[in-house]
Amino acid sequence: MSLENTQKNRLAIGGRIDRSRALSFTFNGKRYSGFLGDTLASALLANGVDVVGRSFKYSRPRGIMTAGAEEPNAIVQLGHGAATIPNLRATQVALYDGLEARSVNGWPNVNFDLTRIFSLFGRLMPPGFYYKTFMGPKKLWMFYEHFIRKGAGLGRAPTVRDPDIYDRINQHCDVLVVGAGPAGLAAALAAARTGARVIIADEQEEFGGSLLASDVNIDGKAAAHWLAVTLAELAKFETVTMLPRSTVFGYYDHNFLTIAERCSDHIALTNDKAARQRIHRVRAREVVLACGAIERPLVFAACDVPGVMLAGAVSTYINRYAVTPGKGLILFTNNDRAYETALHWHASGRQVVAVVDSRHNPQGDLVQKAAAKGVKVLTGHAVIEVLGGKRVKGAMVAPLSADGSKLTGQAKALQCDTIASSGGWNPVVHLSSHTGAKPIWDEEIIGFRPGKSTQAERSVGAAAGTYDTASCLAEGDASGVQAAINCGHSAVATSYNVTGETAAGPAQALFLLPHGKPTSRAPYQFVDYQLDVTAAGIELAAREGYTSVEHVKRYTAMGFGTDQGKLGNINGMAILARKLNQTIAETGTTIFRPSYTPTTFGTIAGRDVGELFDSARFTAVQHWHEQAGAKFEDVGQWKRPWYFPKTGEDMDDAVGRECLAVRNHVGILDASTLGKIDIQGPDAAEFLNRVYTNAYLKLAPGKCRYGVMLGEDGMIFDDGVTACLGENHYLMFTTTGGAAGVLNWLEIWHQTEWPELKVYFTSVTDHWTTATVTGPNARKVIAKVCSDIDLDGDAFKFMDWRDGTVSGVKARVFRISFTGELSYEVNVPAHYGRHVWEKLIEAGAEFGITPYGTETMHVLRAEKGFIIVGQDTDGSVTPYDMNMAWVVSSKKSFSFLGKRSLDRSDCTRTMRKQLVGLKTMDPLDVLPEGAQIVNERNAPIPAAMQGHVTSSYYSACLERSIALAVVKGGLDRLGEQVFCPLADGRVIAAEIVSSVFYDPSGARQNV
Amino acid sequence: MLKIHCPYCDEQREEEEFSYSGEAHISRPLDPGALSDADWADYLFFRKNTRGWHHEMWQHSAGCRRYFNVTRHTVTYEIFESYPMGTTPKALPKGDAR
Repeated sequence: MSLENTQKNRLAIGGRIDRSRALSFTFNGKRYSGFLGDTLASALLANGVDVVGRSFKYSRPRGIMTAGAEEPNAIVQLGHGAATIPNLRATQVALYDGLEARSVNGWPNVNFDLTRIFSLFGRLMPPGFYYKTFMGPKKLWMFYEHFIRKGAGLGRAPTVRDPDIYDRINQHCDVLVVGAGPAGLAAALAAARTGARVIIADEQEEFGGSLLASDVNIDGKAAAHWLAVTLAELAKFETVTMLPRSTVFGYYDHNFLTIAERCSDHIALTNDKAARQRIHRVRAREVVLACGAIERPLVFAACDVPGVMLAGAVSTYINRYAVTPGKGLILFTNNDRAYETALHWHASGRQVVAVVDSRHNPQGDLVQKAAAKGVKVLTGHAVIEVLGGKRVKGAMVAPLSADGSKLTGQAKALQCDTIASSGGWNPVVHLSSHTGAKPIWDEEIIGFRPGKSTQAERSVGAAAGTYDTASCLAEGDASGVQAAINCGHSAVATSYNVTGETAAGPAQALFLLPHGKPTSRAPYQFVDYQLDVTAAGIELAAREGYTSVEHVKRYTAMGFGTDQGKLGNINGMAILARKLNQTIAETGTTIFRPSYTPTTFGTIAGRDVGELFDSARFTAVQHWHEQAGAKFEDVGQWKRPWYFPKTGEDMDDAVGRECLAVRNHVGILDASTLGKIDIQGPDAAEFLNRVYTNAYLKLAPGKCRYGVMLGEDGMIFDDGVTACLGENHYLMFTTTGGAAGVLNWLEIWHQTEWPELKVYFTSVTDHWTTATVTGPNARKVIAKVCSDIDLDGDAFKFMDWRDGTVSGVKARVFRISFTGELSYEVNVPAHYGRHVWEKLIEAGAEFGITPYGTETMHVLRAEKGFIIVGQDTDGSVTPYDMNMAWVVSSKKSFSFLGKRSLDRSDCTRTMRKQLVGLKTMDPLDVLPEGAQIVNERNAPIPAAMQGHVTSSYYSACLERSIALAVVKGGLDRLGEQVFCPLADGRVIAAEIVSSVFYDPSGARQNV
Repeated sequence: MLKIHCPYCDEQREEEEFSYSGEAHISRPLDPGALSDADWADYLFFRKNTRGWHHEMWQHSAGCRRYFNVTRHTVTYEIFESYPMGTTPKALPKGDAR
């Protein structure tokens, strides 16, 4: 089968396609051919494919409507498997050999749609469907959801890892030009000639915009010639970056814009050589928005039948792709410019059935030109209804009153297979709107223009409502000159001489066409094609009392599709305005937000995926832990050993063994991740005294003190030990997760409130390796590797620290304990960490030294009732709630941070939740952390919550479960029984006990 | 994304380098114990929530790590000035930023 045969709508000559490069592709499983230079949409039209999708709600057959980003119907999924991409517009997909596409909706397929046959959908989903359903009984949504998901999905996300890579590049430039049509190119050229750094981006496959199919002459030569010369000149500047296939999809604060560049999507689905897409994050000093305009369709009954297209799109397909998408055309317009489409169609050798013009007396040059070619022009008429189902078969055409509000005679049927519709043009105000500028309605251009923004940007050309080439070039040049001048360059203006342009006569403001029946009873008059919003739906919303355009949008779902209402929103607003008897200016627009077109997650994520997603932090002993078979857990960015299972052990076995080893012999923990802040300065003690609840002024060198920090609201914020290293020199330990936050906390108070205090903070967390040797045999272990510290219990007491040498390495040894056992925390410079760790293991071997992880650490500290900030506290507990009144000094003269709040009535009331222990009646029951606590076993629901379990473990040492909990008034309720109803239906009884389960006197750590 | 001038580094840098730190010019009462619950709550919880020019603290957290003040418009996000801790802001531009 020859290529010509499959491409029945391809013209013999013309277009910008490369006929020597035939490409084969499939759509919905069927094979077709096209040419290099085609888009998927132009190739489908060339092959005469009418139905490309099904509508969301009514499941109506839909065809290609546009030639650009505004396409609502031809939404496709490319490829399959890992690299598949959903929700692309066929109009923006460059054709490549082997391309595989399918419609994203339609069940079981687009040509035979079951939901349509059931005729189930539409009637079940009136405007406000979602609102009414969500506000209604829950079961209703469950019922509908099944059908909605099945019938009208919008593509399928890939289920496996994306095989491609994506790049990110940060860029700076003087002038960013968005859009490479005549205005954008003139702007870029003017700016580039001044030496300014310029980036020009365009979403299409090639630069040129309207010049790619223009009949005008610029400076005496064809537009295409000027385009080629201009592109060649721009390419010569080293200061100019030209980005085709690049969509500027977001415009953010302070002239920060994001561009998604499709690097290889025009070659193949996936790219094994380089990045598939690249995001440019551009900080521009000046921005020129030359992003063009989108044609507005007219709204009439059944205006969604395949074969109804935008007039400009029809011209684009004929001129750029040599595709005339039908045999007989009716052009329906309210303006002059659309007449060009009739002329193009006529020139392609196919029949123009008629031009239907809503205006009674159009006089423009193009009107004359069409008449001169023998094209039949029906003035003062309107297409009011389309005939046909899967393809246009004809149009009902009726005479229209001069103001367009009513029909003045009988409708008659005209046969055709294509209807080109033009209701005027909407400047692309989206990017301007991203800046917060409110679009302004302009009666003259019958459209919204970009509003005034606070950023250094300007809109030119069609984006500003200027549609003739001469003015576009002039505006573009002027904007480029001004932008360059604003960047400190000196620039001169260029003037362009444009000939062959046809002047356009006045257009008519016309949006919704009347029908023989009232809007509510007429066949669907579609406004938003993607979400099946009709004129009747918008009028219904108005009747139901919605007057704000933002509310109507949400009630009808107009503009909620992936096309964000690029095609239909302005029509919808006009229809609403008329229904509310107000002007369009009074009605206003909804707000456009990024992204301009959908952007794939891969592009946004860039290289920040997999192991590069977040940094991982390891201690110096990491490899030893790995070799010892440790299981790891994440603590912030740190990887910490969780437990060290021996062969055949599960987690419970390993943790039980580790716990008993510490209690009976000796254990060793890598505590290097604890935050460490070095604090120096003559006012260091005064500063510590202000941020801690307890006194620090008298902490002597060689001594350590446990402290709690509160927020100004009186709630526990972090805890840890601070040691006095020498005069005016301290080392503060923080929780592993809290380290960065604590440093910020110290800095902000120092810098903003007490800058007069002479004190300095340095994070030294990573400088040290900390090995905690703990258990009854700890002293014996340390004694073997350290000879220059007197380890005698009276000489080196609990809460002392000493400088010394451990295994030949200068060390600081702290007698602080998180296990309740005799403990030495050995700190050595991180470079020697592994060495010292191994020496400690070696020295401890004869005493049964056992490495343990965070889980054992948690169990041991829970046995002692030591809290973990962030687990047993949640930002709503005071030291008193934690039964730690002893840590709050009442004697300090300075009102330490949080002190005043402890006197607030809410902090002093009774029945605050307080930290207690829980012992389950069955010692083998381990309560789940987070379990809620109630007073009665069979309390009627909703039962009054008394608190919740914060920590819960099985204690091998005590041979029973233990739990910490916060319970209302708990400290006065010791001995009472409470109940934990669990998700699985069980109710577990527990007794409130002291939060210290083991060695309440603290004798074991004080030896 | 904002472009912020750090008055200590004297450079325009990307917002990614900075952390927001709330309303500026809220002084900690010198004698908290002397305050009524209501006055203390006012210091502790209540902020202006300004629509318009707003003095706020930022920290150059991925830079010099110092805190400074910024006068920013909460509607347009324009930044009028940044200035070091302990200094007073300039008189605000008249009217709305737009």
